[in-house]
Amino acid sequence: MESTLDIFVKAIFSENMIFAYFLGMCSYLAVSKTVKTAVGLGAAVIFVLVVTVPVNYLLENYLLKAGALEWLNPAWADIDLSFLSFIMFIAVVASIVQLVEMLVEKFAPALYGALGIFLPLIAVNCSILGGALFMQERQYSTILDATAFSLGSGIGWFIAIVAIAAIREKIRYSHVPPALRGLGITFIITGLMGMAFMSFMGIKYGKDEVKKDAPVTTSQVIQSNND
Amino acid sequence: MSAEVQKTKAPSEPLFSKKNKKLITDPLTDNNPVTVQVLGICSALAITVQVKQGLVMGLSVIFVTMMGNFVISAIRNMIPSRIRIIVQLVIVAALVIIVDQVLAAFMPDLSAQLSVFVGLIITNCIIMGRLEAFAMANKPWPSLLDGLGNGMGYAGLLIIVAVFRELLGSGSIFGYALLGSPIPSDGHPLGTGLYAMGYMNNNMMILPPMALIIVGIIIWVQRSRNKALIEEH
Repeated sequence: MESTLDIFVKAIFSENMIFAYFLGMCSYLAVSKTVKTAVGLGAAVIFVLVVTVPVNYLLENYLLKAGALEWLNPAWADIDLSFLSFIMFIAVVASIVQLVEMLVEKFAPALYGALGIFLPLIAVNCSILGGALFMQERQYSTILDATAFSLGSGIGWFIAIVAIAAIREKIRYSHVPPALRGLGITFIITGLMGMAFMSFMGIKYGKDEVKKDAPVTTSQVIQSNND
Repeated sequence: MSAEVQKTKAPSEPLFSKKNKKLITDPLTDNNPVTVQVLGICSALAITVQVKQGLVMGLSVIFVTMMGNFVISAIRNMIPSRIRIIVQLVIVAALVIIVDQVLAAFMPDLSAQLSVFVGLIITNCIIMGRLEAFAMANKPWPSLLDGLGNGMGYAGLLIIVAVFRELLGSGSIFGYALLGSPIPSDGHPLGTGLYAMGYMNNNMMILPPMALIIVGIIIWVQRSRNKALIEEH
């Protein structure tokens, strides 16, 4: 069994949203020109992930999963609504983003000034929906674990975008080959940072050995290709 | 008279006029959604370890961009602009559910390997980007072609990246071993083919960071050939 702390640390480092799964790359590339905007977007991602993943966790466990409707009526124990999960998750994400935007605008105008333009962007940030889908795939046992996962993923994303923005600010003063300027060099630097982050894979988490019956993830596919 | 000509000409524009053909061919090269417009990298790179996965992912995205563009364009005048993002997301999500269910039914192994990345087509920036930039302002048929073109530009890039990664990382294409077998057997202590001469697979290619570096190199090559695309930092 993984402890909550394991899940949290894993989500930040060895299963970093950007470097291990490339989630949220579009906004990562588009909004990483200066550190200030990167911090704003990173904070907004943490915030939205922490709000949406637990809500989606409740939806998944009390509405969508096979047998999840049993608490309403024992006769509904064999109903499986999981095919609806994409549409439910994205609707939750889009509406919570809208709601958060309105609340922040009303009660914290200063924060809205800082996050404002990024909030609508976040509805279509892959890392938010990715967080919900990974939560579904990995079937966390409690809502606390799911929240720890979402907080960790958000912080991992934050670290990644702030780091690349800092590097891009510096690289403006270097002699990059003309054809690589901008997008090209950003890709290559992200690749190198990904390699650096792979060194975190060596961290030993909790007592658990390789999980035998866990669903196949991309990293396992990669490992099985290696063999 | 000119008004009359206008009248007769407008509906009889051929289905594949020059302008419409350009909608398909442009995104393949000079306006590629991934390398030039910087859209849709999100869910793309993790599944380019094998050509087969890349191909299936590419086809799924082509289907969703085409149909999404078509449907949104057909109802574009009915969508209130304040809630258009949610309307678009719901339509795209419905299309992705179709793709996911078809994959799960006919290719269960592949569907398990692609795991969450099929679902992430919903938030693939190419789809939302083309809906916002093209389908909301154009008629259904050009929108369909635009979706086809951008989907193919994306699929093409996925397949190029996947060919490099599978060939150099596993020594095969579509799972067929091209360079011989690395597994030692009787009489062939090092394996067969190139491996008998001491060649080794580059395991780095299978790991996620190499996908980014390969895309970086593709961008480098493309921009060296087409100077107009070079950015000012």
